Amino acid sequence: MRWIWIDRFVEFVPARRAAAIKNVSLAEEHLHDHWEDYPVMPASLMIEGMAQTAGILVGQARDFKEKVILAKITRAEFDDIVVPGDQLIYQVEIENLTAEAASVRGSVLRNGQEIGRISLMFSHIDQNLAGAKFPEENFVFTGQFERLVAPFLEGRDA
Amino acid sequence: MPITEAEVFEKVKETLVEALGVDDDEITPEATLTGDLGAESIDFLDIVFRLEKAFDIKIPRGELFPDNIVNNPEFVQDGKLSEKGLSQLKERMPHADVSEFEQDPDINKMAELFKVQTIVNYVVNKVNHS
Repeated sequence: MRWIWIDRFVEFVPARRAAAIKNVSLAEEHLHDHWEDYPVMPASLMIEGMAQTAGILVGQARDFKEKVILAKITRAEFDDIVVPGDQLIYQVEIENLTAEAASVRGSVLRNGQEIGRISLMFSHIDQNLAGAKFPEENFVFTGQFERLVAPFLEGRDA
Repeated sequence: MPITEAEVFEKVKETLVEALGVDDDEITPEATLTGDLGAESIDFLDIVFRLEKAFDIKIPRGELFPDNIVNNPEFVQDGKLSEKGLSQLKERMPHADVSEFEQDPDINKMAELFKVQTIVNYVVNKVNHS
């Protein structure tokens, strides 16, 4: 099992922008502890959902060859809470993409209304950290992540 | 019309406030990026991205913040920059004031060369001579 916090991509423009849906459900166990009397989607998991939406966008831009690691939460602001039954959309666009890193800027929509703004940076770790060695295989992008985006890439060269 | 150093400083200040989440009164010309402003390695890339946008310039990797001097055994001796390392540093970082550092070129103190003024000098030169 993998820690996946988006349900489906609804837009994917390679190397430019993407949007993914997350339906918040009371069937999610963590909501019963956060909080028992008043379940609220944790902001940290919305940041994770945005990081996955953006991380897949950044990874696909280099054909999933780089190990893309969340390196910095530059900004994360939320105006309101999210509760079971709400639908979130993480919209994100790439601001910068270089050999060693990427920066992105995104919005969090709740039932169509913007309720948050998140800016992130990703590191292509094999290009950084002064030659530190990481495992050969790409442990970031495994089947489940790639399957999420596959419908948008059909018909393109692999 | 050439951009003045004061104008560059103001924009660099805005850039650092956004990239590092510090207050604008913490940004003085002598403030060091890592020591005083708490920058980490990924922040240096963030700063480069933001400067490129703010000043509409292209900053090649390693030009503003040279990253392969201390990793080169040719330039380091007993934890200090050698003569060769120092001259390499001066050649690569004409925008940094190395006068204090060269008295005791301990590589652990190299981060102190990265001051707000170092960025300002780099940008002034880049914008007005490109």
